[in-house]
Amino acid sequence: MSAIPPFGKADALASVEKLHSRSAAAQVWSWRYIILRRISQFGILLLFFGTTHWAWQVAKDVPLLRGNLSASKFIGLIPLTDPFAALQIFLTGHVLRQESLIGAAIVLGIYFLIGGRVFCAWVCPVNVVTDAAGWLRNKMGVQAIFHIPRTLRYFILAATLLITVISGLAAFEWVSPIGMAHREIIFGLGMGFTALLAIFLFDLLILKNGWCGHLCPLGAFYSLIGKTSLLRVRFDKNTCTHCGECAKICPEPQVLNLKKLDERGYVFSGECSNCGRCSPICPEGSLKFDFKPLIRGHNVQADAIAVQRRTK
Amino acid sequence: MSEQGPGGLNPSRRDFLVKLAQGAAIAGTGGLLWDYILRNEARAAPYALRPPGALAENDFNAACIKCGQCVVDCPPHILKLQPAGGNLPIGMPFYVPRTGACIMCPDIPCMKACPTGALSPKLKKIEDARMGLAVIDIENCLSYQGLRCEICHRECPIKGKAITLETHPRQTSKHAMFIPLVHSDACTGCGICEKACPTEIAAIRILPHKLVQGKIGEHYRLGWTFDTEVTQDFKPAEALPANAVDAPVPKTAPGMDYLNEGGL
Repeated sequence: MSAIPPFGKADALASVEKLHSRSAAAQVWSWRYIILRRISQFGILLLFFGTTHWAWQVAKDVPLLRGNLSASKFIGLIPLTDPFAALQIFLTGHVLRQESLIGAAIVLGIYFLIGGRVFCAWVCPVNVVTDAAGWLRNKMGVQAIFHIPRTLRYFILAATLLITVISGLAAFEWVSPIGMAHREIIFGLGMGFTALLAIFLFDLLILKNGWCGHLCPLGAFYSLIGKTSLLRVRFDKNTCTHCGECAKICPEPQVLNLKKLDERGYVFSGECSNCGRCSPICPEGSLKFDFKPLIRGHNVQADAIAVQRRTK
Repeated sequence: MSEQGPGGLNPSRRDFLVKLAQGAAIAGTGGLLWDYILRNEARAAPYALRPPGALAENDFNAACIKCGQCVVDCPPHILKLQPAGGNLPIGMPFYVPRTGACIMCPDIPCMKACPTGALSPKLKKIEDARMGLAVIDIENCLSYQGLRCEICHRECPIKGKAITLETHPRQTSKHAMFIPLVHSDACTGCGICEKACPTEIAAIRILPHKLVQGKIGEHYRLGWTFDTEVTQDFKPAEALPANAVDAPVPKTAPGMDYLNEGGL
């Protein structure tokens, strides 16, 4: 790390200017991840819905994707289980069937690879609601009433497990608005939407990113899983002008702490949901998705190029 | 701590302790409330009819992951998952026999679909399922009025075992009553009888065993049967062999036989 920051305030302002003067096409292109995320979220929902309501099958009596996000079976072969739900059920003292253990291992494996909170940004149906609330909150310019630490979710996670042991019931699964919403979309409506409405209003008027960023124990669980995951947002300190546009749009801005980014060369925190907001918005292209083993090499190369450019 | 003067106390330590207490208070009250909500939610359970192989109430509540795979794989599509705000515990499968009775598939697809074992794979034959027990409202049952209804008896998939007809002779001017009688050792609780019952509100209904079934108690010795241990016990596997009537009274029979032994 050089003692003198390579860029000054003027550079940062120039970056912001660059962002605002983007062409319409470039702007639309910058929405690519959000569009992909919605396709992924609604697509997964549609697969579940179609299998349940329209009997989508890959062969006779082989349902395409049977179940819901708690547990499912893909093409009659691959079991998938919410590892957090499985952990809770295990803590009630019930011995799960092998199938759900394999399913939980598969899901854990996937998220170890592509980032724990990829679930949050790319799969979870509640994310659509909280994203909408966040967007509207920004438009309306709602002021913060209070702040609570984002670490609260880890305490709620611990409480979930403790209460599960005490009550003998999977504590989060019985009250989870994610489960309610998803189940009721697929298996028949009830009052679950009121939970979604509550989350929407909470996020909109009370606390910014309140549910996903402060409370949800499932997100906390996946944050812990995602600590070691491979798919990361790479940070190039040689091109970043510290304009701060990424932190403005990030739902978990603490993960974009510049000092830590400088040290690590990538977004280190498991709280990053790989949502892909920062990468397209960055006017200098300093934030890009990459696989962790490749990041060091890439950054060394980028450093070398930067040194060359400066010495010229 | 508060007895100590401000001079004798490290304010940051005091702050920390107060924060700790506050945190513990929030966690405690929140946790108790959460626990209460959970238990309250689970309490509606005795009225729920669960798919075949379901574990006992508490174990089922603990083990069901609320995924709905049994619902998808149920051929007659009678299973539903309870949405939020209903009378039954949230998210778990149930059926309402009057609108959709279990057709007792021999391969039990719902149980096979269950990933956690909340619908236990120990159930090998659908006839051994005990989803509930048929109960007859004798005030409104047509057969008890003297009508030759018997629909439940005829529709019952456990033919002649779960529901039998008993004749009750009456005065010479009336024909005998043929009244249905449910046998808990054979009734699976599928609910086909309830679905078929022609009365406006079904006079035969499936209820969870827990709500309707009594127990004689082990200290009663039905001397005329010589197999007191099995009369009201729902474990046919434990029943004495068929020739039990001739067998001697087991040495471990409950109750005291002091009159003959002269022990007292």
